[in-house]
Amino acid sequence: MIERLIESVTQFFLLLALAPLVTGVIRTLKARLQTRRGPGILQPYRHLGKLFGKGMVIPDTASWIFSATPWILFFSTALAGLMIPMVAADAPLGLFGGVLAVIYLLGLGRFFLALSGLDTGSSFGGLGSSREMTISALAEPAMMLAIFTVAIGAGSTGLTEIAGSAIGQNWRFLAPAQMFAFAALALVLIAETGRIPVDNPDTHLELTMIHEAMILEYSGPYLALIEWAASIKQLVLMTLLINCFWPVGLQHTWFGFGALQEIAWLLAKLLFLSCAIVLLETVNAKMRLFRVPELLAVAFTLSSLALVSTFLF
Amino acid sequence: MAALALRRHSAAARRVTCGAALAGSLLNLASSAASIFSCTPTVISLPFGNPVFSWAIRLDPLSAYFNVTLALLAAAVSLYSFGYLREMEGRRNLGAFGFFYNLLLASLALVFTASNAFFFLAAWEVMALSSFCLISFEHEKEKTRKAGLLFLIMSHAGTGLLLIAFLVLSSASGSLDFSSFHLLASQMPPLRQGMVFLLFLLGFGVKAGIIPIHIWLPEAHPVAPSNVSALMSGIVIKTGIYGMARVFFDFYGPPPLWMGTVVLGLGVASALLGVLYALMAHDLKRVLAWHSIENIGIILMGFGAALMFRSLGQPSLAALALIAALYHTLNHAMFKGLLFLGAGAVVQATHTRNMEKMGGLIRRMPFTALCFLGGAVAISGLPPLNGFVSEWLTYQALLAGFGTTQSLTRLMFPIAGSLLALTAALAAACFVKAFAIPFLALPRTSQAAEAEEASLPMRAGMMVLVVVCVALGLGATWFVRVFDPITQQALGVRISSAVVVARGLALSPGTPHGGTISTAGIALLFMLLGAVFGLPFAMRWKRRSVTGPVWDCGLPGLTADNEYTATAFSKPLRMIFAALYRPRREIQAEYEVSPHYPSAIHFESRIEFTIEKRLYGPLRERIMAAANRMKSIQAGSINVYLAYIFITLILLLLFGVRG
Repeated sequence: MIERLIESVTQFFLLLALAPLVTGVIRTLKARLQTRRGPGILQPYRHLGKLFGKGMVIPDTASWIFSATPWILFFSTALAGLMIPMVAADAPLGLFGGVLAVIYLLGLGRFFLALSGLDTGSSFGGLGSSREMTISALAEPAMMLAIFTVAIGAGSTGLTEIAGSAIGQNWRFLAPAQMFAFAALALVLIAETGRIPVDNPDTHLELTMIHEAMILEYSGPYLALIEWAASIKQLVLMTLLINCFWPVGLQHTWFGFGALQEIAWLLAKLLFLSCAIVLLETVNAKMRLFRVPELLAVAFTLSSLALVSTFLF
Repeated sequence: MAALALRRHSAAARRVTCGAALAGSLLNLASSAASIFSCTPTVISLPFGNPVFSWAIRLDPLSAYFNVTLALLAAAVSLYSFGYLREMEGRRNLGAFGFFYNLLLASLALVFTASNAFFFLAAWEVMALSSFCLISFEHEKEKTRKAGLLFLIMSHAGTGLLLIAFLVLSSASGSLDFSSFHLLASQMPPLRQGMVFLLFLLGFGVKAGIIPIHIWLPEAHPVAPSNVSALMSGIVIKTGIYGMARVFFDFYGPPPLWMGTVVLGLGVASALLGVLYALMAHDLKRVLAWHSIENIGIILMGFGAALMFRSLGQPSLAALALIAALYHTLNHAMFKGLLFLGAGAVVQATHTRNMEKMGGLIRRMPFTALCFLGGAVAISGLPPLNGFVSEWLTYQALLAGFGTTQSLTRLMFPIAGSLLALTAALAAACFVKAFAIPFLALPRTSQAAEAEEASLPMRAGMMVLVVVCVALGLGATWFVRVFDPITQQALGVRISSAVVVARGLALSPGTPHGGTISTAGIALLFMLLGAVFGLPFAMRWKRRSVTGPVWDCGLPGLTADNEYTATAFSKPLRMIFAALYRPRREIQAEYEVSPHYPSAIHFESRIEFTIEKRLYGPLRERIMAAANRMKSIQAGSINVYLAYIFITLILLLLFGVRG
């Protein structure tokens, strides 16, 4: 009980601390690849600090939904983060929910974010909400099918069990079912975190924006909460992907030197995945909105192939 | 209890109507809740009728469970009706309304408890007729009359199928009593067994509103008064579910595999098409009606999985799937009832069902908005409310299904699961629309700007259902025990001790190392985080905030015309699923000087209902053609009719003598 508490608190603060760093690393790497200098990997922290220190402008058309959303989004994302195996294979709150709870908690945050996009009465907000809900709905079947494939292998939707079954099989990701499921989930990750080619996280006031359009009216600490939650969500999904498919270095130990080793591995794997994302973002252009369903259909096909290959091989 | 609900029907005052219904519901609740846990079914035989057509009531766990659902919903709706009907006082015949309202509740209680096929069908017919009268309550509108008629036709077609199915069964058993049907259907020859199954599935399916025999539902539910809509969507369509549960798990033993496959397939189709059409509807109550079809689909997915597990010899997995389905049945009754009551309050306040004419109601009707939001979160299957729990159980059942067989059939389970995920995500998108467009941003019309909060009894009725939804979500581990007697009766296993783990804190699918979920834990952590981090900062930031206008791109002020509409919100999905919707739009611009300066623009957008057009269009033409041909035998002369009767009598006598 006490151990779980310590683990939860550790993972909670690790999530909070690490999330802006991952965002910063991705941005800097991307800038370097495009022969720009970039603002440095610590910029997201400075940005959050600045926003937390500012006052806020609340639109006069907004209701309490507008003020409640940043909190609900932040808490639900953080809770989802406590249910994934991050430091060790045992998720601190694995008892409270597995992969389904993670997806649905993220869904809860998205539900309220979409509501607050429509709450202000600005057309930009509605536009963002409509697109966000559409894309996330279309990403869902591919994600669930890929997760089912993984869960069938582990016989459980509990992430502790899924990660646990992967430990000791470092080369399992070469199995066709795993590779297809990984590819499908990677595509879903891109769609869910609003990255190129689905959405561009760096633009504002373009007619192509999705996530940024919903939060256009937020300012100050609320904006900071939302941006922090977005980077936590990105970290959660990335960690989920690497620890379920590529458990190199993952152990069951939570304390002592073993834990430090695990965290070092985690950071190395996150860096590798970030590089992959940066590469993908740099060599691709943003898609037209109505081409995105095709990308997600590809993801669905990949996860179907993953499912079929579980009993072919 | 039925008598009590009926007792004072002739009194015109709504107080008596609602009071009697409320008291009846509470009594019903108490007696049913007590009998879920008593092992021996209560049997009451009313002291009239003859041995063949006995009026026998039997309250076994399954009946009691549906009766509890009925009683909970009816109590809340009756409470709500105290306030809701006040507006109609003096303008409408509330006595008649009260009579049919109580008749409907009484017949529902009898449908769930009747233990004789004849009695069951009689109650079924009374239920159909009283709901027809309630649907047609606002009969001066052309649309209402049409919807009522469609309901009546479909309902009777369904009853006809049920009648045939029951007659086939009773000819095999020699009795009309339900207890004589127990496991009987499985002893019949395979062909007849399959036929009876399909008759029951279609007969009950019409009432439940499964696609493609759903067409009456999105027409009839919106036009009824909202308290009736809540009952219709909440519990009347569940009589179809009750009937299926009774037939599939009482009359049938382990069925052939194809039956479960058919039910699962129908469930997936209903769920997905239901939500896709809901996304395109902009009438608030019609959206909810389409969602009833979606949720019936989710319930049927649980049923289908349970039937398949039963065929595959996996009773405890079948029990898990059955629990998922029945849990969702109760949950849907609660949150859909709640949403219809909320919609009723909104419609009464704004005098329109069109969401595009609402907006900003969260300021005028804060309490209704909060209740509606609760219902929206629950129906979207978001944690920690009740919809999430039953969807989670359905996922677990589907996931476990993959390992039960080696044949290709097992692919159905994960694919059904992924389509359930799509359905749930689309439902969330739809409820973003259904909550945000009426309740958030600026009012779009003057009626919406002047809307008034619902009266106290209406708020109380909604509050009851919100509390039940929250309790069913957070108290899931406690509630799951209720299903033990039901699964014991239907499948011979009790699984709640395996499903509830971690000292009553979490739910699991009952398999070793299966995933766990704790809605209470999630809610608790939310509150903890809120108290530790949320409150102190929220206070401090509040002091530093100022209100200002929304960014309007430099134009002079933002008006309601700039807001995103429901049509605009669902536009991406309309384009992506264009193959299904076949959307058409017409734009006509009127101008005086130049086409660049239009004086008026007329915009019309509509979608095509493929099933209605392709399936029912030809069917209706055939029926009309046949009716035209039969016109010639109706000469209008009484002598000819007497001759017809005489000929029929002779034929029947000959038939009887030969038989």
